[in-house]
Amino acid sequence: MANSSNNRRKFMATTLQSVGLTALGGLLWSGYTDEAKAAKLILRPPGALPEEDFLKACIKCGMCAEACVNRDTNIDKETGKQRPGTLKMAKGGDNKLIGTPFFAPRDVPCYMCDDIPCVPVCPSGALDMPSLLNAKKELDINKARMGLAIVHKESCIAYWGLQCDACYRACPLLDEALTLDYQKNDRTGKHAFLLPIVHSDVCTGCGLCEKACVTEKPAIFVLPREYSMGRAGDHYVKGWDKKDQQRVGERNLNKIETKTKRSEESPMDYLNKGVEY
Amino acid sequence: MALNRREFLKSAAAASAASAVGIAVPSSLEAAATDAQKDWRWDKAACRFCGTGCGIMLATKEGRIVAVKGDPAAPVNRGLNCIKGYFNAKIMYGADRLKTPLLRMNDKGEFDKHGKFRPVSWKRAFDEMEKYAKKALKEKGPEGVAVFASGQYTIMEGYAAQKMMKGGFRSNAIDPNARHCMASAVVGFYQTFGMDEPSGCYDDIEITDTIVAWGSNMAEMHPILWSRVTDRKLSNPDKVKVVNIQTYTHRSCDLSDFNIIFSPNTDLALWNYLAREIVYRDKKGGGTEDIIDWDFVNKHMVFAVGPVNIGYGMRRAGEKSLTPVRADGSAGKYSALEMQTINKEMAKKISAKEAPALAPYGKKEGEVMKNTAGTLKHWEISFEDYKKSLEPYTLDYVAKICKGDPNESLESFKKKLQMLADLYLEKDRKVVSFWTMGMNQHTRGSWDNTLSYNVHFMLNKQAKPGSGAFSLTGQPSACGTAREVGTFCHRLPADMMVKNPKHRAHAEKTWHVPPGTLNPVGNQHIMKIHRDIEDGVVKFAWVNVCNAYQDSASAKHWIKAAREMDNFIVTSDGYPGISAMVSDLVLPSAMIYEKWGAYGNAERRTQHWRQQVLPVGHAMSDTWQWVEFSKRFTVKDLWGPYTLRNGKKLPDVRKDAKKLGYNDNTTMYEILYANARAKKKYPIDLNKFPQKGYDNSECLGDSRNVVGSDGKVFKGYGFMIHQYLWEEYASFGRGHGHDLAPFVVYQRVRGLKWPVVDGKETQWRYNVKYDPYAAKANPGGDFAFYGPLAKALPKGDLMGIKNKKKKPLPNKAKIFARPYMDPPEMPDETYDTWLCTGRVLEHWHSGTMTMRVPELYRAVPEALCYMNPKDAKAKGLKRGELAWVESRRGKVKARVETRGRNRPPQGLVFVPWFDEKVFINKVCLDATCPMSKQTDYKKCAVKITKA
Amino acid sequence: MKNIKYLLLRRVTQIGLLVLYFGANAYGWTILKGTFGSSLLFGVIPLADPYTTLQVLATGFVLGSDVLLGALIITLFYMVVGGRAFCSWVCPINMVTDLANWLRRKLNLDKEEVNYRFLKRRARYWIMVLGLIVSAIVGVAAFEVLSPITIMQRGIIFGFGAGISVVIAIFLFDLFGVKNGWCGHLCPLGATYSLIGKTSIIRVKHDHEACTACMECKIVCPENQVLHMINKESISVTDGECTNCGRCIDVCNDDALGFGIRSFTNKTKH
Repeated sequence: MANSSNNRRKFMATTLQSVGLTALGGLLWSGYTDEAKAAKLILRPPGALPEEDFLKACIKCGMCAEACVNRDTNIDKETGKQRPGTLKMAKGGDNKLIGTPFFAPRDVPCYMCDDIPCVPVCPSGALDMPSLLNAKKELDINKARMGLAIVHKESCIAYWGLQCDACYRACPLLDEALTLDYQKNDRTGKHAFLLPIVHSDVCTGCGLCEKACVTEKPAIFVLPREYSMGRAGDHYVKGWDKKDQQRVGERNLNKIETKTKRSEESPMDYLNKGVEY
Repeated sequence: MALNRREFLKSAAAASAASAVGIAVPSSLEAAATDAQKDWRWDKAACRFCGTGCGIMLATKEGRIVAVKGDPAAPVNRGLNCIKGYFNAKIMYGADRLKTPLLRMNDKGEFDKHGKFRPVSWKRAFDEMEKYAKKALKEKGPEGVAVFASGQYTIMEGYAAQKMMKGGFRSNAIDPNARHCMASAVVGFYQTFGMDEPSGCYDDIEITDTIVAWGSNMAEMHPILWSRVTDRKLSNPDKVKVVNIQTYTHRSCDLSDFNIIFSPNTDLALWNYLAREIVYRDKKGGGTEDIIDWDFVNKHMVFAVGPVNIGYGMRRAGEKSLTPVRADGSAGKYSALEMQTINKEMAKKISAKEAPALAPYGKKEGEVMKNTAGTLKHWEISFEDYKKSLEPYTLDYVAKICKGDPNESLESFKKKLQMLADLYLEKDRKVVSFWTMGMNQHTRGSWDNTLSYNVHFMLNKQAKPGSGAFSLTGQPSACGTAREVGTFCHRLPADMMVKNPKHRAHAEKTWHVPPGTLNPVGNQHIMKIHRDIEDGVVKFAWVNVCNAYQDSASAKHWIKAAREMDNFIVTSDGYPGISAMVSDLVLPSAMIYEKWGAYGNAERRTQHWRQQVLPVGHAMSDTWQWVEFSKRFTVKDLWGPYTLRNGKKLPDVRKDAKKLGYNDNTTMYEILYANARAKKKYPIDLNKFPQKGYDNSECLGDSRNVVGSDGKVFKGYGFMIHQYLWEEYASFGRGHGHDLAPFVVYQRVRGLKWPVVDGKETQWRYNVKYDPYAAKANPGGDFAFYGPLAKALPKGDLMGIKNKKKKPLPNKAKIFARPYMDPPEMPDETYDTWLCTGRVLEHWHSGTMTMRVPELYRAVPEALCYMNPKDAKAKGLKRGELAWVESRRGKVKARVETRGRNRPPQGLVFVPWFDEKVFINKVCLDATCPMSKQTDYKKCAVKITKA
Repeated sequence: MKNIKYLLLRRVTQIGLLVLYFGANAYGWTILKGTFGSSLLFGVIPLADPYTTLQVLATGFVLGSDVLLGALIITLFYMVVGGRAFCSWVCPINMVTDLANWLRRKLNLDKEEVNYRFLKRRARYWIMVLGLIVSAIVGVAAFEVLSPITIMQRGIIFGFGAGISVVIAIFLFDLFGVKNGWCGHLCPLGATYSLIGKTSIIRVKHDHEACTACMECKIVCPENQVLHMINKESISVTDGECTNCGRCIDVCNDDALGFGIRSFTNKTKH
């Protein structure tokens, strides 16, 4: 009897120990994983789902990176050596969620292959092929939104007045995603500024501009669109732009009510406080 | 510390005004720029790269260039730069700078053409050069010693090289890479004006209402000028019109009001269409309007024509490398495929496309036209004959043959042609026509250039502020060194010609060499030198400041000849490139800011700079290399009698040399460089501006203690050789319309546009209001086209000369009848695509400098094959895939690009030539303008296949 | 040769598979592309790791049918044929832990018995479940973030980076820490395959008659609890934790062990 109660106590203790250790492990594990996926300024292959969903979906098989690196065009036939591919699989030390595909345009940008080889091979749906189909149901790399280029004006030598526009010339969607804004340079009186302007509705985030930028640290660089774009309120529609209502989309009527510190209290609570005088 | 904007504008304006009148910038203004970094020394210089000629300021610290800025006082760029200019501070510091001479040797340390490069001393290097130059001279005479010269030589280097070649070796086989870029413009200037270089200047941009850019891509190749064009457009967008005319859509097209994409070579017809509109709409031409300024034309113009069957500047039958002709169609060293094109040099069947244009010259479609070798010959014709020559260029015919984009409708194209004509013809509308390589690198480039002046002349829109046809140059000193110094096989300084006995006598006198020393036969242009090496005539060749083996078309032939035949090739360069790799000896050259120098830009602006830093390693300047080389040759070695290959004899001038005080053993060094006049007039004075505080490796030696050509530490020449070379060179032009200011003046100012008369530069030549020479030639008049060359012509009609008696044409310019003709190689069923080559903004020429700047290398690491997406699809090529670009001469692999900066129409591809890995000149054809001998890199037929 | 036959075969298989995967990336071979997480065989047949698939499903993401089909194929294969063979015939970490184990024996570290008794072999099942829970909470396949298996495999295919440290850590843990610590105690993938492989038909069979009780098999076995029948009764090893590595067969000098097909009759019921 004593033995059996001993056994039961021992069993209870072991179970408790296991549960405790598991809980501890679970906490640590969750914390680490959450941290690991927090590297948010990361550029994903074309057609990638929004980052949250992408992280769920990516099975880390590397087939996209293989499709990218493996294009025979990527092997330098003169030397037989491989040219570095665009898509890399995050490794320990990359500070990116390990095993997920990404690209760093300053090293190797996305060359925007017409047939987008990296996307159809994705088995999990993390790279969403339908999002890259055009009206004719063909793959269209122009529909990719891997990120958005931003120009840092202070370090962009074109904004100094120099005739650079290396980014503009490198842009595969030259004059659509990147245009030049011509402005008079009153400082010299006879030259013009040729200023690069990125258009977010066309820019795919391929990063060829970032690669080409001749400043030491690029003055034009690609960030995930979530981080490179602001958003004006959806309660206002541009009166001068017929299409702007599309931007606003459907408003959620449940969220119509606003609340500030001032409007927190119910009218009665407020009124009943009385006025100090 | 920073100047506020107002002060800046004031000082910039003051500085440019000061430089405009040739006075020094007040030191207080200079101080404003120098206060910022106390241990940095700032000094002015010119940008290393293109022909725009931007002024820069260089900062040096502890013997290294640490920074660069655009020179705010420089009138061209006012403190701005393009991205190549932005990197001037980095171009000299590539990790693989050549630092010591390298000789191909066997294991025993002997020279061996098949050996490996190993470092040798300067002495050994010059020993070998001396040995092989003397051998070549002995075997082949002066024609056996050649130099690939450069439009990137400093003026003094070019002059030093030319003096030793023509005055010392008595060889005219010195020709610059500028032959590849400017020669057609030069012939255009000579034939039209009788004198080289543009009448206008960049200030035209700010004054004009219309900028028409032909065969150019100014946005990439002349970015600072393009920003001025852009500014002009912005200043009055409705009035100011910009038009781009070329064979594919490119970066400059964005700014245009409209663009014309024409089929390669048909720009000839476009110009003639404009001329026809002018003539046939004018009352005297049978029309109803007053278009031609008859007063101007009658006073200042004559009409002229030359023969049309002048071939295409390729090799001609009977040349050594074209014999024997074999039954399979091959000939000598050329395959049957290559001969398909080369045979047209001798005879060509007139095509349906060109037949209407040639009809006024008595040619018919299908007729086989026998070609003679190219000639500059021309004769005067009547206005009626000229009018007759224009008859074929109706809108229908021109639109039909010119339309370059198969996907554009004929109607749209015709409309653009009419819009273009309206712009040119509009009364009181100022028009500037710019062009670069599209019109120069052209088998009828000289014609094309003259056709541009026709249009401007008849409308009296030339040599006036805001109006004129203006040839832009590619290289930083194509004008300053190649053309003004005359480092061409046929030229001497200041537009003098080796063919002209008076000019030779003038040079001989100036150089203190005996009468009769100079060789009157100057025909070894740069392609001829390559061909002469292949024919075994040239046995010693020296590559200076260029990359002759990467930049020449049909490159395989020249490389094979250099590597496999009995000859000795030397390359002087800052970095190893294809030419160095092909050579037997490689010499390390000081680069631009490691030496005193001067460049002349496209608007006749001459700019000087001082040596900023010591050269890297044991590198020495090309001037030093030439002067040291000259020490190895004496009167006895060089000035005996020779018989040239055409049978002409060069006299023995050794006796006359004695009369000049030389003996048999006097060296060329003592005669040409370190002579008594030089030593006396140009002493070292380190206490005075401009020498004070600056290195001078040639004159003083330097702290590196480089062991020189005699095996001893080089201690300097002991006199101011740069100034001597400058002043002696400048003396050729002073008083002849080429006046240059004294050496010291240029050290202070931001360049001056020659002729510099009474300390003032000249903005618009030939215009009495602005040009003192014109005022002198035509007192009280308006214009005087006083250029002296070919100013007496026989008379005739379109078919030939009828009256051989030459009539003088003082102060007149010429309007030429010149037809459209096909280039020798056009796309056919097998080679179905036009190939056009050129540059990109990021890289300079063959990339020896810019491919070493990490930022530029990253921006554009390889040359792409730009093609139309429809063509790519039809050929099964995807973007980014490798494709073979193959012609009858060779093939290269390049990555296909169907998007981006260059967008060719269907049927044409564009491949830049900077990338030695995409060695496109193996594919290109070495056809040249038969008059200018400038290679046509803009068109040949290729096929594109998947690699 | 005899006593390393299966060892050799396993190494050939493991390395061969890695070569195929590597070649797919480096040379564009199409025999076997991807990684263990998800692969494509001969360019048509999808394969996917069941546990990875479960993790992704746990995040709430509706996976593409290719992966589901792939996971099904793999599950069926091991369930019906292979048992837990993935661990010893495919997984590259097996080579690392085998090396650690071998060194451990050579260095006599086993004798020290510094075994961490608190670490039970069943811990892996907890970890397996935990992995799915964490995946659901954090929204990312949780084990894949630290799995030394795919880190090593991707390392070989795409380059290691700092990921090599995870592999080294496993090696050190198995060498100086717990014997068979990773594969036998912690790995949730192994746990999954243990569960899947329970029913497979390929099994190690023991011949009690031939056994001389030398216990060599128990020494080399990474999961030696499955060999409870040695020198006791002639039955198959039916425990799912057996990896079918065949080392016991290799080292047995008495022909008392060998692979066989599971008998479903009651005769050799375990």
